[in-house]
Amino acid sequence: MSWAGKILRVNLTAGTVKSEPLNMEWAQAYIGSRGLGTKYLVEEVDATVDPLSAENKIIWATGPLTGTMASTGGRYTVITKGPLTGAIACSNSGGYWGAEFKMAGWDMVIFEGKSVKPVYLYVNDDVAELRDAGHLWGKSVWETEEMIKKGLQDPLARVSSIGKAGENGVLFAAVVNDLHRAAGRSGVGAVMGSKNLKAIAVRGTKGVGNIKDPKAFMAATKAAKKVLADNGVTGTGLPAMGTQVLMSVINEVGGLPTRNHQDNQFEGAKDIGAEAMATPRKTDGKKHLVTNQACFGCTIACGRISKMDEGHFTIENKPQYRGANGGLEYEAAWALGAANGVNDLECLQYANLLCNEEGIDPISFGATVGAVMELYGMGVLTKEQIGIEAPFGSARALAFLAEETVNGRGFGKEIGQGSKRLTAKYGHPELSMSSKGQEFPAYDGRAIQGIGLAYATSNRGGCHLRGYTIASEILGIPVKTDPLESQGKPELVKAFQDATAAFDSSGLCIFTTFAWGLQDLSPQMQGACGEQYTIEELAKIGERIWNMEREFNNRAGFTKADDSLPARLTTAAEACKTGPAKGKFNELATMLPLYYEARGWDSEGRPTAETRERLSL
Amino acid sequence: MQKVLHITADKCTGCLQCEMACSFENYGTFATAKSRIKVFNFHHTGKKVPYTCTQCDEAWCLHACPVEAITLDKATGAKVVNEATCVGCKVCTIACPFGTINYVQETGKVQKCDLCGGDPACADACPTGAITFIDANWTGLGKMEQWADKLGNQPSAA
Repeated sequence: MSWAGKILRVNLTAGTVKSEPLNMEWAQAYIGSRGLGTKYLVEEVDATVDPLSAENKIIWATGPLTGTMASTGGRYTVITKGPLTGAIACSNSGGYWGAEFKMAGWDMVIFEGKSVKPVYLYVNDDVAELRDAGHLWGKSVWETEEMIKKGLQDPLARVSSIGKAGENGVLFAAVVNDLHRAAGRSGVGAVMGSKNLKAIAVRGTKGVGNIKDPKAFMAATKAAKKVLADNGVTGTGLPAMGTQVLMSVINEVGGLPTRNHQDNQFEGAKDIGAEAMATPRKTDGKKHLVTNQACFGCTIACGRISKMDEGHFTIENKPQYRGANGGLEYEAAWALGAANGVNDLECLQYANLLCNEEGIDPISFGATVGAVMELYGMGVLTKEQIGIEAPFGSARALAFLAEETVNGRGFGKEIGQGSKRLTAKYGHPELSMSSKGQEFPAYDGRAIQGIGLAYATSNRGGCHLRGYTIASEILGIPVKTDPLESQGKPELVKAFQDATAAFDSSGLCIFTTFAWGLQDLSPQMQGACGEQYTIEELAKIGERIWNMEREFNNRAGFTKADDSLPARLTTAAEACKTGPAKGKFNELATMLPLYYEARGWDSEGRPTAETRERLSL
Repeated sequence: MQKVLHITADKCTGCLQCEMACSFENYGTFATAKSRIKVFNFHHTGKKVPYTCTQCDEAWCLHACPVEAITLDKATGAKVVNEATCVGCKVCTIACPFGTINYVQETGKVQKCDLCGGDPACADACPTGAITFIDANWTGLGKMEQWADKLGNQPSAA
């Protein structure tokens, strides 16, 4: 069965912590993690609530395969109504926290209400209690982890927490665990902060048992690990170069958004990608990259561990950034680098470390800085307003704005509202490169048609992780499709979105899908949870989850008009300027009706009665 | 041929597959807290290091035990705790210089690596070869081969 079978319900207003049985009917139908946590949220929270009010709830959820020997089985998801978008927010993290929580004997924890003073939740196997966090308020993620472990006298405890950004209501604040792993997107950290909840510390010694068919499960996980090891991407490319392997690939196809999407190729890409990280620096002769690192249970190990140049201007007299630290990963390197025209690798890593240390999403932060730099170039924003000269390419401006944003100072407070609100305030909403208020990640929707549609239709706003069609359109996984061609993409996007929802809900990492399909997930789910999890059933559950999320957003007030891309991505006037995609723009208007049709939605983007019935919604 | 667990720390990624395999072998659950092999993650250097019992020939734990609960498995060379005999006095945990024999609150006994009777689950589960189970007399064979390769397979200078 593989579920722990019980959940924690914490009422922060009343200060109570209660155990309740997991709703097994929902668990069967929505699996776990993303799907199951979202089911609880949509059943318990009115879609129209203010995300930062006491009426919103926030859930940490693991999946049935979290904490097992299935490769990458260490994931957890934070689910809430997001403050950046007003849509469903659902952010997934690796590291070790998720498995530790599951091993303590819990599938998920639901927080409701709002505490009058800062608290943290301490879970030690069956015992869970709220503790005072007055001494932790105002501390960074890194300080919080260390102080909690010292206070508990337990170096083996795992901590999921917010830094100052979450406390200060940065709308893209992240929840961070194990120092450098984050449930990064959509501002889940701001919801945590709004409830005066600083951290969840966990020690789990009971373990995950209750496997439906242990022998079949072990055989299935072993076979699936071999598929990962034998695959060029998951077996060789990601362990050696990390996600940064993509920087040169995406730049070459003309799909690397540059300077707030003014360009689609970055002349500095070679300075900030995998090759640059592995080449000795001119300044001190040392390589940036130290080693790779796995999250819990992961046999891919794509994580990057790096050391900065100790002489770099950003870290003079700042010893905490001198040891080995997490990063850079591709999305952060792009958002902090190409999106702002900055090619100083050391500066990007410094900004990335600030994101981890105080808990913000580097994608939304970097993309918002890109919009600020464009406004500065236009003369709309001045040096006096921003606090520094901020032309595209300025590493000093990037470092300064990162410091201001994570510490809630000066113009950083405005950046902390995200690009949609900031550009609207200064009269140029067209410069926010976002959908549903969430900034796009590192792939150009003009040069890569499917990913543009995936951005426009993502239930959590602009995002690559809800339907990573890059796999097909660029890498040829599982089959190569032409990135410049919009035909066939509505069906492709739907298939990726549905399968991703199933993977996310199992407790495994979506990076396995470079090598795995549902045919590899199914035997592992069957061994752990039961025979019913066939390929067809997993695809159907994924589709059910997608529609459930969509209906929450519809109830929250989203319409067809929100399934949109900025004009910069959809008009000939701002088409790709260079490379193989020169002259291309996203053909969303053509694809969207076909996507709705493929989904079984009406022309306004609402699931039809037949679709709802087919998916048992 | 006697075999030993051999650690090549540079290859460890910190995935903890070994810890899960160990606990599953001995307890039937995935519980890293119950594992007899532990991976240490030194985040200030980025190093991950698995560590477990090396099965000393003159084992401090075996000699310290007042009730002779720890015995030699002659087939594998493992020093094995007999749970029925162990009284949970913990003297072995003090005697062991390496910390690799530990008390278990839930059972009131100590536990240590027993090489899974000659087919260690941790080595089988390790995805990178950081933990291998190899000929006790030739733990240096891999390194010797690397250097021999460097010595003998250089492009000719001439």
